[in-house]
Amino acid sequence: MPSISALICRSCGREYPVEPINACDYCFGPLEVAYNYEAISKVISRKKIESGPYSMLRYHDLLPIDLENAVEINAGFTPLMKCSNLGKALGLENLYIKNDSVNPTFSFKDRVVTVAATKAREFGFDTLACASTGNLACSVAAHAARAGMKAFVFIPADLERGKVVGAAVYNPTLIAVDGSYDEVNRLCSEIGDNYPWAFVNINIRPFYAEGSKTLAYEVAEQLGWKAPDHTVVPAASGSMSTKIWKGLKEFSNLGLIGKVNTRMHVAQPEGCSPIIEAYDSKTLQVKPVKANTIAKSLAIGNPTDGIYALKTIQESKGSAVVAMESEIADSIKLLAETEGIFTETAGGVVISGLKRLVNEGKIKRDELTVAYITGNGLKTIEAVEDAVKPVFTKPNLEAFEESMHAGATL
Amino acid sequence: MVNKRIKFTFPPVLITEPVIHKIGQDFDVVTNIRRADVREEMGWVVLELTGSTEEIDRSLDWVRSLGVRIDPVGGDVVEG
Repeated sequence: MPSISALICRSCGREYPVEPINACDYCFGPLEVAYNYEAISKVISRKKIESGPYSMLRYHDLLPIDLENAVEINAGFTPLMKCSNLGKALGLENLYIKNDSVNPTFSFKDRVVTVAATKAREFGFDTLACASTGNLACSVAAHAARAGMKAFVFIPADLERGKVVGAAVYNPTLIAVDGSYDEVNRLCSEIGDNYPWAFVNINIRPFYAEGSKTLAYEVAEQLGWKAPDHTVVPAASGSMSTKIWKGLKEFSNLGLIGKVNTRMHVAQPEGCSPIIEAYDSKTLQVKPVKANTIAKSLAIGNPTDGIYALKTIQESKGSAVVAMESEIADSIKLLAETEGIFTETAGGVVISGLKRLVNEGKIKRDELTVAYITGNGLKTIEAVEDAVKPVFTKPNLEAFEESMHAGATL
Repeated sequence: MVNKRIKFTFPPVLITEPVIHKIGQDFDVVTNIRRADVREEMGWVVLELTGSTEEIDRSLDWVRSLGVRIDPVGGDVVEG
């Protein structure tokens, strides 16, 4: 890990040593990992990456971790699929889906938590923690299990049991907080400041967030070492789009790909769209909102990296696009019916956003477009339960044929 | 004595009110502004409050009652 030089404040630029801290003491701005790219350029190459492990760790030279100590659950290196059927339905000839729903705990969170868990262990922590309503909880619990670390997972007390099982099975300590969303947020923020734990998206956040860069590296490699013309990315905290952009630029600056002309588009659901509201108002001021959306994994009303997501859009000449709540389930079905990919509601938001971008002429028919699908549909089956319309039959051939005839399926 | 890092988001109607000044005046709490962006349509201020836990909580309850949104500096930490 010769690559990290410091942590740097994204707001005022002050430098800090590489420690488990997330905010600048001077202006309280967020910290980000700074790299020594000169040192990296001497060790990295396409060939070296191609001979690396078949996981996100093949890009370890550009991550703030030591490969030897990695908490490895085989996150990443997920399929990039050319999607001609969906492309035809939407009017695109060069559409790809980055299917991150097939990660070990079925969401992209495995990428960020792999980095966070590894870094936590390097720092000497014995406990991983997070506050989550779903994907993050599963990933933290799984990584802690794999690393032999303790895990504390905070959830709202009224969270549906089904959403908790995917985390509970790894046997973390589950803390159900009896309070509003804001109260859970406040408590966890205070716990993050006061307990000697690696709270993945609080004191480990600068490192955690870097894991999302691998979404850019993989796509560039899988496209034959080039950047796409457009990406469509879901936005909750706004971090993912900034890190994909950072990853593409890093690859270009290191000579691994050519010039990056990618337009970064972020998609949010109508019921929680603070970044889009700021984009539409032509301001970098993100006004917090109260989230009310079926896309629970995107329900962050006060996005930590909202301003940086907006700057990424500006810099890349991209856009922010809304998905109407009423469209999300239909978009999940469209992706499933055309490409055989079952995504959760966040993926429905991305497909809805993609459709809107095409209809508005922001993405042209022949442009190389990558839509990021970040979570698995089995996590939000309630969103598409109306898809279940079986043809009933008695258990004999005659009844079967009668049923099929009545359903006019033969 | 404790220090608390906090973000206030002001609705337009409160932008002209000296809310932070009044915290220092009416409560035994020291305010220290670190970053801010205040415009006609909205404003936010990131600041540090120093005082006893009870007095800080009392001052925040008052600020909240005015209609100011209060968040941790780092944004929402509950993720999907």
